[in-house]
Amino acid sequence: MATQKEAYDIVVIGGGNAALCAAMTAAEAGARILILETAPKPYRGGNSRHTRNFRCMHKSPLGPLIEEYSEDEYLSDLLKVTGGKTDEHLARLAIRTSEECLPWMEEHGVRFQPSLSGTLSLARTNAFFMGGGKSLVNAYYRTAAGLGVDVLYEAAVTHLELNGDQIDWVNYTYEGQSHRIAPKAVIVASGGFQADTDWLTKAWGEPAKNFLIRGTPYNRGVVLADLLDQGVDSVGDPTQCHAVAIDGRAPKFDGGIVTRLDCVPFSIVVNKDAQRLYDEGEDVWPKRYAIWGRLVAAQPDQVGYVIIDAKSLNLFMPSVFPPLKAETLDELAGMMDLPADKLKTTVSEFNAACGDTSGFHPTELDGVATSGLTPPKTNWARPITEPPLYGYSLRTGVTFTYLGLKVDEAAQCSTSNGKIKNLWAAGETMVGSILGQGYLAGFGMTIGTVFGRIAGREAAAYAN
Amino acid sequence: MQTDLIQEARRQAEICNACRYCEGYCSVFPSLHAERAFSDGDITQLANLCHNCRGCYYACQYTAPHEFDLNLPKALAEVRRNSWENFAWPQPLARRFHTHGGAIALALVIGFAMLLWAIRAIGSSGGGGFYAVLSHNAMVAIFAPAFLLPLFSIAISLRHYWFKVDGKPIQVSDLMAAFKHAGQMQDLAAGHGEGCNFEDEDRFSQARRHIHHAIMYGFLLCFASTSVATVMHYVFGLHAPYGFWSLPKLFGISGGLLLTVGCGAMAVLKQKSDRDLGDPSAWGGDIGVILLLGFVGFSGLVLFALVSTALMPALLAIHLGSVLTFFLLTPYSKMAHGFYRLAALIRDAQRKRDVSVVR
Repeated sequence: MATQKEAYDIVVIGGGNAALCAAMTAAEAGARILILETAPKPYRGGNSRHTRNFRCMHKSPLGPLIEEYSEDEYLSDLLKVTGGKTDEHLARLAIRTSEECLPWMEEHGVRFQPSLSGTLSLARTNAFFMGGGKSLVNAYYRTAAGLGVDVLYEAAVTHLELNGDQIDWVNYTYEGQSHRIAPKAVIVASGGFQADTDWLTKAWGEPAKNFLIRGTPYNRGVVLADLLDQGVDSVGDPTQCHAVAIDGRAPKFDGGIVTRLDCVPFSIVVNKDAQRLYDEGEDVWPKRYAIWGRLVAAQPDQVGYVIIDAKSLNLFMPSVFPPLKAETLDELAGMMDLPADKLKTTVSEFNAACGDTSGFHPTELDGVATSGLTPPKTNWARPITEPPLYGYSLRTGVTFTYLGLKVDEAAQCSTSNGKIKNLWAAGETMVGSILGQGYLAGFGMTIGTVFGRIAGREAAAYAN
Repeated sequence: MQTDLIQEARRQAEICNACRYCEGYCSVFPSLHAERAFSDGDITQLANLCHNCRGCYYACQYTAPHEFDLNLPKALAEVRRNSWENFAWPQPLARRFHTHGGAIALALVIGFAMLLWAIRAIGSSGGGGFYAVLSHNAMVAIFAPAFLLPLFSIAISLRHYWFKVDGKPIQVSDLMAAFKHAGQMQDLAAGHGEGCNFEDEDRFSQARRHIHHAIMYGFLLCFASTSVATVMHYVFGLHAPYGFWSLPKLFGISGGLLLTVGCGAMAVLKQKSDRDLGDPSAWGGDIGVILLLGFVGFSGLVLFALVSTALMPALLAIHLGSVLTFFLLTPYSKMAHGFYRLAALIRDAQRKRDVSVVR
């Protein structure tokens, strides 16, 4: 196997947002870059293909963002969802740097939407990409190509040879052949391991086999495992991930945004024994995201069932698969394979616990609650009475895992012996360095952009 | 309507409605997102709002090889063409010209032949200029019906459309909004104003928008030229031929240049685009109409340049023959899209007005 030495200064492993930000930054610093992307071209971009927005600090109105969103408020939002499990130093770095990222993204071809309809009201905190994440990815590939960055698709990296404090070479397969390349520096931005069901099962146990993977099927953690096996410092809990409850009929991989269900607050959710499991009315967003994926994962067969009635059908975003529809609870129970008697008991107990619903307000915490019910429903509690009745099934949808490479504020990787002098990491593969648990919408793109740029800058400085 | 085409577009629209990432791109998405269920009329309206800019296709995370297999520009293009064939009146004429460039070429040859025959058989009654070849009265006798009959046909077709899409009584503000939208071709600019994705995959470019503008304004200038000449003839008694610095000539020459250059450039641009993101079966008909319209402009310019030569009578027959063909085909060819698009934009302005009233 011939070892390529001369052609490239830096090899970037991965082809999503973080990888592209790193590649563009390093190329602008004069380095010669090769991107090795495992996916074929139509699937390039990893999970960034499915993203939609970027959470951004700003002291005054910035691009599409209104008012201000301060470092402290951003951090406190992060602390809320992570329960404090974050590296505050790196989190503040990501938050602080996000402000300069937005104009940088625009300079590199990203276009933002002025405002949006939908149900999410994030106009102050999150900037939405015009056309979504794939259009961002497209723009970055165009810009990178203009900067002379080379890309190989369907190039699967199999091994990084760590020798003491440096990576000596990178092995990859391309067009059925094995290749070896020895660049001056390497940037790993190849995501988590969620698409490797075996690894997920090792971490979570058998229930993980029933999880759906919302994002790219190409994030199988091959490079991550290879580096961890060689003693590269890791961070994060293997059972922690960005998991949400999604439509149970979603594809096993790559369902993306359309599989989300916004109906939970207006529903009751039961498990396969027709028992309610949690307060459906606790909050709308983003708390639902943080909670329901794990709630469903803890149920028998990792499934949940949402039940609403006719008066709630138009209160949430349209679902990609139509709901099951029935005139009676018996009929609906039959369609969902739920024990009908138990379901009727659960619903009638819930209905009986609902009180005055005149204060019902679908877009705010309305305090329309049940009384004397366990678990309670603390908002939007209206009896389920008006046919037709509708049902959805829920499953746990994993977006990305948090176990990854530990990095410092220069995005540099290390072993117990100290820094690896030519290895940097960015994006979901190092996200555990900042996110201990929970998730904040648009924060994945923030980490990817901030640490991608840092990795690109540092690697180029080293390679030049 | 072909149920399978509508059904496929509906399947895709429902996925788009759950995603909504494209809402900033063009008029299709706000209109789509206003519904939860799509009637055949809704799908027809969406199809005619789409300008096939392809921005949504290249931004889409669900295009093939993804199992959702979205290709909204193609699905809407197929519904659109099918809807025109169904709305067209009289029906039997409608089906051929949308899909067959050869049929258009054949019609063109027949157009030349008819004009040559007219020149031979009717000829001049002693007028000057072009009228020395074919008298003014003969020209009017041929072109007035050739112009009015297609307009009548289109009016009937648009009535069918309006009924299908549940159109409301039209207000001036609807017209203003629609003409402004069409005049700037906002739907070819993407939400950020940088143009569409057409000739080079996901790269945004203004090429198609500018070229389409050239064709549209070129056509309108040529139309203005004829209209002004008609007014000059009948109202002011100023008869052709007109000098270079007259309005008919200035409009006609500038319009002819825009048409010729625009249609030539559009034919080239279409060659570069991915046929599978439009209606592949309409390719021949589309190219046929573009070349025909370009030929109308080009033959008009050649006629102007060689008006004082012996070639003039033949060139006149060729030019007028192409104009005749073009007019007669308008209700049954891609050329009808302008009328439908305008109708769709008017309907969309009504929808927005309804929304703002409700709010």
